[in-house]
Amino acid sequence: MCALAAACVLMVLLLLFKGSVDLTPAEVWSALLGSDDASASMASMIVLQLRLPMACCALLSGMALAVAGLLLQTTFNNPLAGPSIMGISTGASLGVAIMLLALGGGAGVGLTHYAGALLGALIGSAVMLALLLLFSRFVKGNAMLLIVGILLGYLASSAISILNFYATEEGVHSFVIWGLGSFLGVTHDDLMVYGPVILLFVFGSFLMVKPLNALLLGSEYARSMGVNIRATRNRLLVLSGVLTAAVTAFCGPIGFLGLVIPHVARLTLNTSDHNRLLPATALWGAFSGLLCACISVLVGNRSALPINAITPLLSVPIIIYVIVNRQKLSYFR
Amino acid sequence: MNEPILQLDDVAVGYGGRALYSHVNAQVCPGELVTLLGANGAGKSTLLRCITGQLHPMSGTVSIAGTPLSGISDKELARLVAVVNTGNTLAGALTAEELVALGRQPHTGFFGRLGKQDRKVVANALEAVGMTGMKDRQVASLSDGERQKVMIARALAQTTPVVVLDEPTAFLDVASRIETLRLLAQLARDEQRAIILSSHDVGSALRTSSRLWLISPEDSTDAAQTAENGKEMLHPSELGTSSLVDGTPAQLIADGSLARLFPGRDVMFDASVLDFVPKSR
Repeated sequence: MCALAAACVLMVLLLLFKGSVDLTPAEVWSALLGSDDASASMASMIVLQLRLPMACCALLSGMALAVAGLLLQTTFNNPLAGPSIMGISTGASLGVAIMLLALGGGAGVGLTHYAGALLGALIGSAVMLALLLLFSRFVKGNAMLLIVGILLGYLASSAISILNFYATEEGVHSFVIWGLGSFLGVTHDDLMVYGPVILLFVFGSFLMVKPLNALLLGSEYARSMGVNIRATRNRLLVLSGVLTAAVTAFCGPIGFLGLVIPHVARLTLNTSDHNRLLPATALWGAFSGLLCACISVLVGNRSALPINAITPLLSVPIIIYVIVNRQKLSYFR
Repeated sequence: MNEPILQLDDVAVGYGGRALYSHVNAQVCPGELVTLLGANGAGKSTLLRCITGQLHPMSGTVSIAGTPLSGISDKELARLVAVVNTGNTLAGALTAEELVALGRQPHTGFFGRLGKQDRKVVANALEAVGMTGMKDRQVASLSDGERQKVMIARALAQTTPVVVLDEPTAFLDVASRIETLRLLAQLARDEQRAIILSSHDVGSALRTSSRLWLISPEDSTDAAQTAENGKEMLHPSELGTSSLVDGTPAQLIADGSLARLFPGRDVMFDASVLDFVPKSR
């Protein structure tokens, strides 16, 4: 765990000191310390307004998605559940699509292009979450609710396709770019909102460790131990839903991390006890977010590689390993 | 005689608007091991779910320690009734000890931290089922019999006066089955708990239980006649109403109630081997 934390710090430093514009370490250092050199002002802008927010965004987003994924996997008693699978990020994408493509990038409702996308994503995920909460009343059985989430995601995708079909070239372009996923969209000011929201909801998840552990035995046993299943499930859905919505709104729909990181945490820790698993998942999430950011910045030549190009490369081998070794993995049995 | 800890007053059990059997008046005292017997579909699990509060009886009241279930909150009920079911869980990566420790949840605080007393209860529960030596093994690496013992230990650690088990020996080999039932009988006696379980193993039930609850179809002679004539197998719920008969094994053998458990079927009760055998032609 300490090694992980150290790796995270190293990667943050890497992201601060390296980038598409060459800055000397001295320039970066003085920018961080806030010295007011005229020649350092461009460096200061790059480091403080671009790189530092990007690093923080990568850390927060990875952590948020990983925690959301773990909550969903335990809630639905399904190790293959994740935020993108439940359709929550697809709902967010639909909200963004409506804003960018149908409402002219938010201009139709008097918002800037970026704020419009943000609002759309938040509303879209909220609607999807509300639908999931509604269905959780009628659909008993966790596997079925997961399938409902997948189907709702398909509905949202279809609506997105239709919107794209009728949109302008620029609209489609903006939307596609947004859909590639990026940690660079978060400004210094945005971070003042994003940071506290993510940290608040991750902390909120930590408060749920007792019912989460009870849910490992299934909802019938959990109920017999005094857990209010309906309220707990709703709370867990809201926690994971808001975390997913926030990340999708600020960074675009980022797939796979929510599904894979909990598995990495379980594999390395070899436990399902949420008292240890939840913090470990959060830390591994931060690590992966930073790792994707590093790869994106270092490998991409002029501009950063899209995050959604990187996450499958890292995640799919792990998922395949888990699926193939299911019988040997104790947490699957 | 002890005060009964579990009381059923005029309970009707069923679902979907149709009662499987009604007018159940029964009670269980601490220290008793009651086995619920009946054909498939007779409504054993349904009755157990009424006792654990998962289902409302169609009419009548289930009371624990004198209070009707409807007046007991979920949290309070968790301190009164513990459950053991069949079925898999996602708890494979937990150690046996961690899983048993989950049974303390109704007694621990917000984060579920275990105090010294809690740890002692967990250790005693593991000792009672004979799993102390394997407490650090992950549950996924245990055999079915061992896993079942861990689940029973978890229910014990919940320190409830009533323990309800739904077919706890369903997937166990005969040795594990006998050990488990012996263990339950001993726990009922030594820890003065009221233990109710459902089972398909009539022979073992007769040997280990203080009392039996039999869910038998009424009008069994008519039903048997119709069945033999039509050569059909009738589902218990189609045989008209059933009823729940309560008594000690000796009583129920003597008065023939046990023999009427499977009317119209190709089996008969043989008292000399204490089990059902093929009907002699």
